[in-house]
Amino acid sequence: MAGSNKINITPPRWLLAELTYACPLQCPYCANPVDYANYQTELDTEDWKRVLTQARKMGAVQLGFSGGEPLTRKDLPELVKHARDLGYYSNLITSGYGLTEAKIVELKEAGLDHIQVSIQASTQELNDHIAGTTSFQHKKEVAHLVKKHGYPMVLCVVIHRENIHQMADILAMAEELGADYLELANTQYYGWAHTNRDLLLPTQEQFEQAEQIAQAFKEKVEGKMKIYYVVPDFYEDRPKACMNGWGTTFLTIAPDGAALPCHSARDLPGMDCPNVKDYSIEHIWNESKAFNFFRGYDWMKEPCRSCDEKEKDFGGCRCQAYLLSGDMYAADPVCSKSPNHHVIQEAIDSAKASALAENEKPLIFRNSKNSKKLS
Amino acid sequence: MTLNPDQLIKFSPLHRLQWEEAQQKDVILYPEGMVELNQSSAEILKLCDGSRKLDQIIADLEQKFATTGLTNDITAFLEVALKNGWIQQN
Repeated sequence: MAGSNKINITPPRWLLAELTYACPLQCPYCANPVDYANYQTELDTEDWKRVLTQARKMGAVQLGFSGGEPLTRKDLPELVKHARDLGYYSNLITSGYGLTEAKIVELKEAGLDHIQVSIQASTQELNDHIAGTTSFQHKKEVAHLVKKHGYPMVLCVVIHRENIHQMADILAMAEELGADYLELANTQYYGWAHTNRDLLLPTQEQFEQAEQIAQAFKEKVEGKMKIYYVVPDFYEDRPKACMNGWGTTFLTIAPDGAALPCHSARDLPGMDCPNVKDYSIEHIWNESKAFNFFRGYDWMKEPCRSCDEKEKDFGGCRCQAYLLSGDMYAADPVCSKSPNHHVIQEAIDSAKASALAENEKPLIFRNSKNSKKLS
Repeated sequence: MTLNPDQLIKFSPLHRLQWEEAQQKDVILYPEGMVELNQSSAEILKLCDGSRKLDQIIADLEQKFATTGLTNDITAFLEVALKNGWIQQN
Protein backbone atom coordinates (compact mmCIF):
# COMPACT_ATOMS: atom_id res chain seq x y z
CA MET A 1 0.00 0.00 0.00
CA ALA A 2 1.05 3.45 -0.82
CA GLY A 3 1.11 5.63 2.22
CA SER A 4 3.69 5.46 4.91
CA ASN A 5 3.76 7.40 8.16
CA LYS A 6 7.26 8.66 7.46
CA ILE A 7 6.11 10.89 4.62
CA ASN A 8 6.16 14.58 5.38
CA ILE A 9 2.56 15.74 4.87
CA THR A 10 2.14 19.31 3.65
CA PRO A 11 -1.15 21.08 4.44
CA PRO A 12 -3.82 21.76 1.81
CA ARG A 13 -3.59 25.13 0.07
CA TRP A 14 -6.41 24.79 -2.45
CA LEU A 15 -9.98 23.78 -1.71
CA LEU A 16 -12.41 23.03 -4.51
CA ALA A 17 -15.98 23.03 -3.19
CA GLU A 18 -18.19 21.25 -5.70
CA LEU A 19 -21.44 22.52 -4.27
CA THR A 20 -23.77 20.58 -6.56
CA TYR A 21 -23.89 18.35 -9.63
CA ALA A 22 -26.99 20.21 -10.84
CA CYS A 23 -26.29 22.21 -14.00
CA PRO A 24 -28.44 23.78 -16.70
CA LEU A 25 -25.68 23.14 -19.25
CA GLN A 26 -24.86 19.80 -20.87
CA CYS A 27 -21.23 20.16 -21.97
CA PRO A 28 -20.03 16.83 -23.39
CA TYR A 29 -16.56 17.25 -21.77
CA CYS A 30 -17.82 17.87 -18.23
CA ALA A 31 -15.33 16.79 -15.55
CA ASN A 32 -18.08 15.51 -13.24
CA PRO A 33 -18.32 11.73 -12.95
CA VAL A 34 -20.32 10.06 -15.74
CA ASP A 35 -22.54 8.46 -13.07
CA TYR A 36 -23.18 11.75 -11.24
CA ALA A 37 -26.94 11.13 -11.33
CA ASN A 38 -26.39 8.39 -8.72
CA TYR A 39 -25.30 10.99 -6.16
CA GLN A 40 -28.50 12.68 -5.11
CA THR A 41 -27.65 13.99 -1.66
CA GLU A 42 -26.01 17.38 -1.13
CA LEU A 43 -24.28 18.77 1.93
CA ASP A 44 -26.31 21.41 3.74
CA THR A 45 -25.17 24.93 4.57
CA GLU A 46 -23.82 24.05 8.01
CA ASP A 47 -21.79 21.13 6.61
CA TRP A 48 -20.16 23.42 4.05
CA LYS A 49 -19.41 26.08 6.66
CA ARG A 50 -17.74 23.49 8.86
CA VAL A 51 -15.66 22.21 5.92
CA LEU A 52 -14.56 25.74 5.02
CA THR A 53 -13.62 26.50 8.62
CA GLN A 54 -11.65 23.29 9.13
CA ALA A 55 -9.75 23.50 5.83
CA ARG A 56 -8.89 27.16 6.41
CA LYS A 57 -7.50 26.32 9.83
CA MET A 58 -5.11 23.86 8.19
CA GLY A 59 -3.92 26.51 5.74
CA ALA A 60 -6.16 26.31 2.67
CA VAL A 61 -6.41 29.77 1.14
CA GLN A 62 -7.49 29.48 -2.50
CA LEU A 63 -11.14 28.46 -2.70
CA GLY A 64 -13.16 27.54 -5.77
CA PHE A 65 -16.94 27.34 -5.63
CA SER A 66 -17.71 24.95 -8.43
CA GLY A 67 -20.19 22.28 -9.49
CA GLY A 68 -22.24 21.58 -11.58
CA GLU A 69 -23.44 25.14 -11.55
CA PRO A 70 -22.79 26.62 -8.08
CA LEU A 71 -25.37 29.37 -8.68
CA THR A 72 -28.12 26.79 -8.29
CA ARG A 73 -27.32 26.74 -4.54
CA LYS A 74 -29.47 29.32 -2.76
CA ASP A 75 -26.99 29.56 0.12
CA LEU A 76 -24.10 30.64 -2.14
CA PRO A 77 -23.95 34.25 -0.81
CA GLU A 78 -23.95 32.93 2.75
CA LEU A 79 -21.09 30.54 1.99
CA VAL A 80 -19.16 33.31 0.19
CA LYS A 81 -19.53 35.54 3.24
CA HIS A 82 -18.34 32.78 5.56
CA ALA A 83 -15.34 32.18 3.28
CA ARG A 84 -14.45 35.88 3.26
CA ASP A 85 -14.68 36.10 7.04
CA LEU A 86 -12.23 33.20 7.26
CA GLY A 87 -9.77 34.91 4.88
CA TYR A 88 -10.14 32.73 1.80
CA TYR A 89 -9.50 34.11 -1.67
CA SER A 90 -12.64 32.86 -3.33
CA ASN A 91 -13.50 32.15 -6.93
CA LEU A 92 -16.88 31.43 -8.44
CA ILE A 93 -16.49 28.97 -11.31
CA THR A 94 -19.68 29.43 -13.29
CA SER A 95 -21.35 29.01 -16.64
CA GLY A 96 -22.91 32.42 -16.02
CA TYR A 97 -26.31 30.85 -16.49
CA GLY A 98 -28.81 32.58 -14.21
CA LEU A 99 -26.28 35.19 -13.07
CA THR A 100 -27.95 38.62 -12.81
CA GLU A 101 -26.44 42.02 -12.05
CA ALA A 102 -28.18 42.00 -8.67
CA LYS A 103 -26.56 38.65 -7.84
CA ILE A 104 -23.13 39.89 -8.99
CA VAL A 105 -23.46 42.85 -6.63
CA GLU A 106 -24.76 40.68 -3.78
CA LEU A 107 -21.80 38.29 -4.12
CA LYS A 108 -19.34 41.18 -4.27
CA GLU A 109 -20.76 42.58 -1.05
CA ALA A 110 -20.54 39.12 0.51
CA GLY A 111 -16.80 39.14 -0.31
CA LEU A 112 -16.35 37.13 -3.51
CA ASP A 113 -12.94 37.84 -5.05
CA HIS A 114 -13.35 36.81 -8.64
CA ILE A 115 -15.63 35.18 -11.14
CA GLN A 116 -14.59 32.72 -13.80
CA VAL A 117 -17.07 32.56 -16.65
CA SER A 118 -16.96 29.76 -19.17
CA ILE A 119 -17.70 30.34 -22.82
CA GLN A 120 -17.90 27.35 -25.11
CA ALA A 121 -17.01 28.94 -28.45
CA SER A 122 -16.69 32.28 -30.28
CA THR A 123 -20.01 31.98 -32.09
CA GLN A 124 -23.53 31.71 -30.74
CA GLU A 125 -24.37 28.68 -32.85
CA LEU A 126 -21.44 26.57 -31.67
CA ASN A 127 -21.55 27.82 -28.07
CA ASP A 128 -25.21 26.93 -27.71
CA HIS A 129 -24.70 23.57 -29.42
CA ILE A 130 -21.82 22.55 -27.11
CA ALA A 131 -23.53 23.90 -23.98
CA GLY A 132 -26.74 22.17 -24.97
CA THR A 133 -28.52 25.38 -23.89
CA THR A 134 -29.09 28.83 -25.37
CA SER A 135 -26.58 30.83 -23.40
CA PHE A 136 -24.07 32.71 -25.60
CA GLN A 137 -25.47 36.25 -25.45
CA HIS A 138 -26.13 36.04 -21.75
CA LYS A 139 -22.58 34.82 -21.06
CA LYS A 140 -21.18 37.83 -22.89
CA GLU A 141 -23.41 40.15 -20.86
CA VAL A 142 -22.26 38.46 -17.66
CA ALA A 143 -18.62 38.97 -18.66
CA HIS A 144 -19.28 42.71 -19.08
CA LEU A 145 -21.07 42.91 -15.73
CA VAL A 146 -18.24 41.09 -13.94
CA LYS A 147 -15.84 43.76 -15.23
CA LYS A 148 -18.23 46.57 -14.45
CA HIS A 149 -18.37 45.61 -10.79
CA GLY A 150 -14.60 45.51 -10.32
CA TYR A 151 -13.91 41.80 -10.24
CA PRO A 152 -10.89 40.39 -12.04
CA MET A 153 -12.53 38.72 -15.02
CA VAL A 154 -11.40 35.24 -15.85
CA LEU A 155 -12.68 33.75 -19.06
CA CYS A 156 -12.43 30.00 -19.47
CA VAL A 157 -12.72 28.26 -22.82
CA VAL A 158 -12.38 24.50 -23.04
CA ILE A 159 -10.67 23.61 -26.31
CA HIS A 160 -11.49 20.50 -28.37
CA ARG A 161 -12.00 19.42 -31.98
CA GLU A 162 -15.33 21.22 -32.38
CA ASN A 163 -13.95 24.68 -31.52
CA ILE A 164 -10.16 24.53 -31.96
CA HIS A 165 -10.46 26.06 -35.45
CA GLN A 166 -11.94 29.17 -33.77
CA MET A 167 -8.79 29.90 -31.73
CA ALA A 168 -8.11 33.29 -33.35
CA ASP A 169 -11.75 34.35 -32.90
CA ILE A 170 -11.82 33.09 -29.29
CA LEU A 171 -8.77 35.23 -28.48
CA ALA A 172 -10.32 38.27 -30.18
CA MET A 173 -13.49 37.71 -28.16
CA ALA A 174 -11.51 37.57 -24.90
CA GLU A 175 -9.82 40.84 -25.79
CA GLU A 176 -13.11 42.50 -26.73
CA LEU A 177 -14.68 41.37 -23.44
CA GLY A 178 -11.70 42.79 -21.51
CA ALA A 179 -10.69 39.53 -19.82
CA ASP A 180 -7.93 39.96 -17.24
CA TYR A 181 -7.17 36.25 -17.41
CA LEU A 182 -7.92 33.77 -20.15
CA GLU A 183 -7.83 30.08 -19.44
CA LEU A 184 -7.38 28.05 -22.61
CA ALA A 185 -8.11 24.62 -21.28
CA ASN A 186 -7.28 21.87 -23.70
CA THR A 187 -9.76 19.15 -22.83
CA GLN A 188 -8.54 16.64 -20.25
CA TYR A 189 -9.99 13.26 -21.06
CA TYR A 190 -11.78 12.24 -17.87
CA GLY A 191 -15.45 11.87 -17.04
CA TRP A 192 -17.66 12.84 -19.94
CA ALA A 193 -14.70 13.88 -22.07
CA HIS A 194 -13.37 10.33 -21.84
CA THR A 195 -16.75 9.03 -23.05
CA ASN A 196 -16.70 11.47 -25.99
CA ARG A 197 -12.99 11.34 -26.72
CA ASP A 198 -13.27 10.17 -30.34
CA LEU A 199 -15.33 13.26 -31.08
CA LEU A 200 -13.33 15.77 -29.05
CA LEU A 201 -9.64 14.98 -29.48
CA PRO A 202 -8.08 17.21 -32.16
CA THR A 203 -5.28 16.13 -34.46
CA GLN A 204 -1.66 17.06 -33.77
CA GLU A 205 -1.74 19.51 -36.69
CA GLN A 206 -4.79 21.25 -35.25
CA PHE A 207 -3.07 21.54 -31.86
CA GLU A 208 0.12 22.92 -33.27
CA GLN A 209 -1.68 25.50 -35.34
CA ALA A 210 -3.87 26.61 -32.43
CA GLU A 211 -0.91 26.75 -30.05
CA GLN A 212 1.02 28.94 -32.47
CA ILE A 213 -1.88 31.40 -32.67
CA ALA A 214 -2.26 31.42 -28.88
CA GLN A 215 1.48 31.94 -28.35
CA ALA A 216 1.60 34.96 -30.68
CA PHE A 217 -1.43 36.41 -28.91
CA LYS A 218 0.14 35.86 -25.50
CA GLU A 219 3.11 38.01 -26.49
CA LYS A 220 0.82 40.68 -27.92
CA VAL A 221 -1.26 41.07 -24.74
CA GLU A 222 1.58 40.72 -22.21
CA GLY A 223 0.95 43.00 -19.25
CA LYS A 224 -2.77 43.33 -20.12
CA MET A 225 -4.10 39.79 -20.08
CA LYS A 226 -2.65 36.68 -18.48
CA ILE A 227 -3.10 33.43 -20.36
CA TYR A 228 -3.28 30.07 -18.62
CA TYR A 229 -2.72 27.33 -21.16
CA VAL A 230 -3.73 23.85 -20.00
CA VAL A 231 -1.46 21.60 -22.04
CA PRO A 232 -2.89 18.90 -24.28
CA ASP A 233 -1.10 16.05 -22.56
CA PHE A 234 -1.87 13.48 -25.27
CA TYR A 235 0.63 15.37 -27.41
CA GLU A 236 3.31 15.67 -24.74
CA ASP A 237 6.29 13.40 -24.08
CA ARG A 238 6.06 13.54 -20.32
CA PRO A 239 3.03 13.44 -18.03
CA LYS A 240 1.73 16.42 -16.09
CA ALA A 241 2.62 16.73 -12.40
CA CYS A 242 -1.00 15.96 -11.61
CA MET A 243 -2.47 17.89 -8.67
CA ASN A 244 1.10 18.98 -7.80
CA GLY A 245 1.41 15.51 -6.26
CA TRP A 246 -1.32 13.44 -4.58
CA GLY A 247 -2.44 14.81 -1.23
CA THR A 248 0.09 17.67 -1.21
CA THR A 249 -1.91 20.75 -2.18
CA PHE A 250 -5.43 20.11 -3.48
CA LEU A 251 -8.56 19.05 -1.68
CA THR A 252 -11.85 18.57 -3.51
CA ILE A 253 -15.13 18.10 -1.71
CA ALA A 254 -17.87 16.56 -3.89
CA PRO A 255 -21.54 17.62 -3.54
CA ASP A 256 -22.36 14.63 -1.31
CA GLY A 257 -19.43 15.35 1.01
CA ALA A 258 -16.88 12.86 -0.36
CA ALA A 259 -13.37 14.24 0.09
CA LEU A 260 -11.26 13.63 -3.02
CA PRO A 261 -7.51 14.04 -3.61
CA CYS A 262 -8.48 14.98 -7.19
CA HIS A 263 -11.90 15.42 -8.74
CA SER A 264 -11.78 12.06 -10.56
CA ALA A 265 -10.49 10.05 -7.58
CA ARG A 266 -13.83 8.48 -6.77
CA ASP A 267 -13.60 6.54 -10.04
CA LEU A 268 -10.49 4.67 -8.83
CA PRO A 269 -11.19 1.17 -7.49
CA GLY A 270 -10.99 0.69 -3.73
CA MET A 271 -10.27 4.34 -3.06
CA ASP A 272 -13.04 4.47 -0.48
CA CYS A 273 -13.04 8.26 -0.29
CA PRO A 274 -13.93 9.52 3.20
CA ASN A 275 -16.94 11.77 3.76
CA VAL A 276 -16.85 15.08 5.63
CA LYS A 277 -20.03 14.04 7.43
CA ASP A 278 -18.02 11.30 9.16
CA TYR A 279 -14.57 12.83 9.65
CA SER A 280 -12.87 16.19 10.15
CA ILE A 281 -10.80 17.66 7.32
CA GLU A 282 -7.70 17.25 9.44
CA HIS A 283 -8.35 13.54 9.90
CA ILE A 284 -9.20 13.10 6.22
CA TRP A 285 -6.07 14.93 5.05
CA ASN A 286 -3.61 13.36 7.46
CA GLU A 287 -4.98 9.94 8.34
CA SER A 288 -7.34 8.63 5.65
CA LYS A 289 -6.36 5.77 3.39
CA ALA A 290 -7.47 7.68 0.28
CA PHE A 291 -5.27 10.74 0.87
CA ASN A 292 -2.24 8.61 1.77
CA PHE A 293 -2.71 6.22 -1.14
CA PHE A 294 -0.29 7.81 -3.60
CA ARG A 295 1.71 10.01 -1.27
CA GLY A 296 5.45 9.67 -1.63
CA TYR A 297 7.09 7.22 -4.04
CA ASP A 298 6.76 3.76 -2.45
CA TRP A 299 3.65 2.87 -4.46
CA MET A 300 5.40 3.28 -7.79
CA LYS A 301 6.14 0.53 -10.29
CA GLU A 302 8.80 0.59 -12.96
CA PRO A 303 9.61 2.61 -15.00
CA CYS A 304 8.58 5.31 -12.46
CA ARG A 305 10.27 3.79 -9.40
CA SER A 306 13.82 4.23 -10.72
CA CYS A 307 13.06 7.23 -12.94
CA ASP A 308 15.11 10.35 -12.30
CA GLU A 309 12.08 12.51 -13.15
CA LYS A 310 9.71 11.01 -10.58
CA GLU A 311 10.07 13.96 -8.22
CA LYS A 312 9.09 16.28 -11.05
CA ASP A 313 5.94 14.60 -12.35
CA PHE A 314 5.07 11.99 -9.66
CA GLY A 315 4.46 9.41 -12.40
CA GLY A 316 1.70 11.57 -13.90
CA CYS A 317 -2.01 11.20 -13.33
CA ARG A 318 -3.35 8.16 -11.43
CA CYS A 319 -6.82 8.49 -12.93
CA GLN A 320 -5.42 8.63 -16.45
CA ALA A 321 -3.21 5.59 -15.77
CA TYR A 322 -6.32 3.71 -14.62
CA LEU A 323 -8.58 4.88 -17.45
CA LEU A 324 -6.07 4.08 -20.18
CA SER A 325 -4.22 1.03 -18.85
CA GLY A 326 -6.58 -0.41 -16.24
CA ASP A 327 -3.79 -0.13 -13.63
CA MET A 328 -3.80 2.86 -11.32
CA TYR A 329 -0.23 2.10 -10.15
CA ALA A 330 1.17 2.20 -13.68
CA ALA A 331 3.06 5.11 -15.21
CA ASP A 332 0.75 7.62 -16.87
CA PRO A 333 0.63 6.29 -20.49
CA VAL A 334 1.24 9.84 -21.73
CA CYS A 335 4.90 9.27 -20.74
CA SER A 336 6.99 7.96 -23.63
CA LYS A 337 8.79 5.69 -21.11
CA SER A 338 5.52 3.92 -20.28
CA PRO A 339 5.10 0.39 -21.67
CA ASN A 340 1.49 1.43 -22.38
CA HIS A 341 2.41 4.55 -24.32
CA HIS A 342 1.00 3.02 -27.53
CA VAL A 343 -2.57 3.51 -26.22
CA ILE A 344 -2.12 7.27 -26.67
CA GLN A 345 -1.33 6.88 -30.37
CA GLU A 346 -4.25 4.46 -30.67
CA ALA A 347 -6.57 7.06 -29.12
CA ILE A 348 -5.28 9.71 -31.51
CA ASP A 349 -5.73 7.38 -34.50
CA SER A 350 -9.20 6.37 -33.36
CA ALA A 351 -10.28 10.02 -33.02
CA LYS A 352 -8.91 10.80 -36.46
CA ALA A 353 -10.75 7.85 -37.99
CA SER A 354 -13.92 9.05 -36.30
CA ALA A 355 -13.47 12.54 -37.74
CA LEU A 356 -13.02 11.14 -41.22
CA ALA A 357 -15.91 8.68 -41.00
CA GLU A 358 -18.92 9.42 -43.18
CA ASN A 359 -21.43 9.14 -40.37
CA GLU A 360 -19.71 10.39 -37.26
CA LYS A 361 -21.61 9.29 -34.16
CA PRO A 362 -23.18 12.13 -32.15
CA LEU A 363 -21.76 13.63 -28.94
CA ILE A 364 -23.21 12.26 -25.72
CA PHE A 365 -24.33 15.30 -23.76
CA ARG A 366 -23.99 15.52 -20.00
CA ASN A 367 -27.46 15.20 -18.53
CA SER A 368 -29.23 12.99 -16.01
CA LYS A 369 -30.80 10.77 -18.65
CA ASN A 370 -27.44 9.95 -20.23
CA SER A 371 -25.82 9.63 -16.82
CA LYS A 372 -28.30 6.98 -15.75
CA LYS A 373 -27.90 5.17 -19.06
CA LEU A 374 -24.10 5.09 -18.73
CA SER A 375 -23.80 4.17 -15.06
CA MET B 1 6.23 49.12 -18.72
CA THR B 2 8.64 50.86 -16.36
CA LEU B 3 8.24 52.54 -13.01
CA ASN B 4 7.59 56.28 -13.12
CA PRO B 5 9.27 57.99 -10.13
CA ASP B 6 6.92 60.96 -10.40
CA GLN B 7 3.72 58.97 -9.95
CA LEU B 8 2.04 57.53 -6.88
CA ILE B 9 2.21 53.75 -6.46
CA LYS B 10 -0.73 51.67 -5.28
CA PHE B 11 -1.36 47.99 -4.76
CA SER B 12 -3.57 46.50 -7.49
CA PRO B 13 -7.26 46.23 -6.59
CA LEU B 14 -7.29 42.98 -8.60
CA HIS B 15 -4.90 41.32 -6.13
CA ARG B 16 -4.99 40.81 -2.40
CA LEU B 17 -2.06 41.09 0.02
CA GLN B 18 -2.58 39.18 3.25
CA TRP B 19 -0.79 37.58 6.17
CA GLU B 20 -1.12 33.79 6.21
CA GLU B 21 -0.97 32.45 9.74
CA ALA B 22 -0.47 28.84 8.63
CA GLN B 23 2.51 29.78 6.47
CA GLN B 24 3.82 32.53 8.76
CA LYS B 25 4.29 34.82 5.79
CA ASP B 26 2.58 37.43 3.67
CA VAL B 27 1.19 36.30 0.33
CA ILE B 28 -0.30 37.88 -2.79
CA LEU B 29 -3.52 36.22 -3.90
CA TYR B 30 -4.99 36.47 -7.40
CA PRO B 31 -7.10 34.29 -9.70
CA GLU B 32 -5.67 30.77 -9.73
CA GLY B 33 -2.52 31.71 -7.91
CA MET B 34 -0.53 32.77 -4.89
CA VAL B 35 2.92 34.31 -4.44
CA GLU B 36 4.70 33.84 -1.12
CA LEU B 37 6.60 36.94 -0.06
CA ASN B 38 9.73 37.32 2.03
CA GLN B 39 9.63 39.95 4.73
CA SER B 40 11.31 42.75 2.82
CA SER B 41 9.07 42.35 -0.25
CA ALA B 42 6.02 42.44 1.99
CA GLU B 43 7.26 45.59 3.76
CA ILE B 44 7.69 47.34 0.41
CA LEU B 45 4.25 46.36 -0.89
CA LYS B 46 2.50 47.45 2.30
CA LEU B 47 3.68 51.00 1.60
CA CYS B 48 2.14 50.93 -1.89
CA ASP B 49 -1.13 52.42 -0.69
CA GLY B 50 -1.51 55.15 -3.30
CA SER B 51 -0.14 57.90 -1.04
CA ARG B 52 3.59 57.55 -1.83
CA LYS B 53 5.94 57.85 -4.79
CA LEU B 54 9.09 55.75 -5.21
CA ASP B 55 11.42 58.09 -3.29
CA GLN B 56 9.00 58.30 -0.37
CA ILE B 57 8.76 54.52 -0.15
CA ILE B 58 12.56 54.26 -0.09
CA ALA B 59 12.87 57.01 2.53
CA ASP B 60 10.21 55.46 4.76
CA LEU B 61 11.81 52.02 4.64
CA GLU B 62 15.34 53.34 5.22
CA GLN B 63 14.01 55.19 8.24
CA LYS B 64 12.01 52.23 9.52
CA PHE B 65 14.99 49.88 9.35
CA ALA B 66 17.56 52.54 10.24
CA THR B 67 19.66 51.93 7.17
CA THR B 68 20.64 53.48 3.83
CA GLY B 69 21.38 52.29 0.30
CA LEU B 70 18.08 50.50 -0.33
CA THR B 71 17.30 52.39 -3.54
CA ASN B 72 18.48 49.75 -6.01
CA ASP B 73 16.86 46.79 -4.26
CA ILE B 74 13.51 48.51 -3.76
CA THR B 75 13.42 49.88 -7.30
CA ALA B 76 14.26 46.48 -8.79
CA PHE B 77 11.55 44.76 -6.76
CA LEU B 78 8.91 47.34 -7.67
CA GLU B 79 9.78 46.96 -11.36
CA VAL B 80 9.05 43.24 -11.00
CA ALA B 81 5.86 44.00 -9.07
CA LEU B 82 4.69 46.37 -11.80
CA LYS B 83 5.42 43.85 -14.54
CA ASN B 84 3.41 41.23 -12.63
CA GLY B 85 0.49 43.58 -12.16
CA TRP B 86 0.79 43.61 -8.34
CA ILE B 87 1.08 47.41 -8.26
CA GLN B 88 -0.27 50.21 -10.42
CA GLN B 89 0.49 53.85 -11.15
CA ASN B 90 -2.02 56.65 -12.02
